[in-house]
Amino acid sequence: MGSVSAVTSMSDNSAPDLERSQLVLEGSQQGFATTRFEDLLNWARKYSLFQYPFVTACCAMEFMALAGPRFDMARFGAEAPRFSPRQSDLLWVVGTISQRQAPVLKTVYDQMADPKYVIAFGTCASSGGFYDNYTTLPGIDKIIPVDVFVPGCPPRPETVIDGLLLLQDKITRGDRSVGIVKPRVDPVQLRNPVQLRRKA
Amino acid sequence: MSKQVLDRIAQVFGAAILETHSAFGDDTAVVEPSHWLEIARFLRDDPASSMDHFIDLTAVDYPQRSGTRFDVVLHLRSSERLHRVRLKARIGARCANPAADANPAADVAEAALPKIDSLTSVWVGANWFERECFDMFGIAFIGHPDLRRILMYEQFVGYPLRKDYPAAKTQPLLEYRQADNEKLPPFDEHEGMSFGRKTHADRQPGRNLLGFEED
Repeated sequence: MGSVSAVTSMSDNSAPDLERSQLVLEGSQQGFATTRFEDLLNWARKYSLFQYPFVTACCAMEFMALAGPRFDMARFGAEAPRFSPRQSDLLWVVGTISQRQAPVLKTVYDQMADPKYVIAFGTCASSGGFYDNYTTLPGIDKIIPVDVFVPGCPPRPETVIDGLLLLQDKITRGDRSVGIVKPRVDPVQLRNPVQLRRKA
Repeated sequence: MSKQVLDRIAQVFGAAILETHSAFGDDTAVVEPSHWLEIARFLRDDPASSMDHFIDLTAVDYPQRSGTRFDVVLHLRSSERLHRVRLKARIGARCANPAADANPAADVAEAALPKIDSLTSVWVGANWFERECFDMFGIAFIGHPDLRRILMYEQFVGYPLRKDYPAAKTQPLLEYRQADNEKLPPFDEHEGMSFGRKTHADRQPGRNLLGFEED
């Protein structure tokens, strides 16, 4: 057996970070591998996200679809939901957060152990949505830091999977800046928006 | 059908029934607020009406109306006789019940709030409806056992469903954090497309999305 070299990098667009995010495993008959400790740790983290679903509203239906067998979030290592914040890494905020709930969400976030990640699932969690009034928190980033925003009312499961993969990419690169999932098709660029509803 | 109920309370209470009207099968009586509790109890106990089903209690704010500002609206139904009736009481400009000032239960609310008798002694289910009404409109129900806010938090100031409450005014419980790495659109070209995502626009003829030849 010769030496095996596995290079994991995410894609071309993270090219400037490529060198940093390389995980080079050099196996041999003796069976050892070399890599950077930090990269190995990030690689392990991104595939073992224990999730805490903070589910408050109708987006929950899409979250259930995502966790079910058709879209199957377990494929990405984000399988086991933990209903204790102390055992989880990834906080899914799924649905509208009212002003009255905000302290609860903050407490749950504070109880999670580092490293912890937050995904704002849907328009309401991201910005308050159309609840522009006395009762609703205008986006959970007003009280806790958010890693990935997933737009949509509710987002399609594919969009959420995009968000999860974007988060995994950010974990690999050690990037804690805000990420936003883009639509696959930009409606502004479309000559005829009806095309969106037609099959190709 | 429940026109008979309206006729009956008009007959019994006379001048306390300010007006009645029936439209599209809904029968409404506007009553004197000082007789609110009395009429409700009568509607429950009188065998000809027997309103045993308390459906709803809420309020409406008419800020432009001269005289009284709020309507308290009560919907009742009888599960025996299968009829329903709507009661309204107009309050807000003057003290609805002059004896209320002597009532210690009224101390729960601010003195300036419009007042009306609580119906919790007639239907227990009125309890939360009256709390909601107090929370949203600031109407004090005299004799209510536990008149606290039910939807909003205790720290909330004002009554949000009153028309003079500013529509966009929020009262956050937590101070908003200041994000230091806030990004605003337009985002980077590849933002959110981290894994070489292909769309149907990238598809080559004769090949599938992954670039393999189609069968």
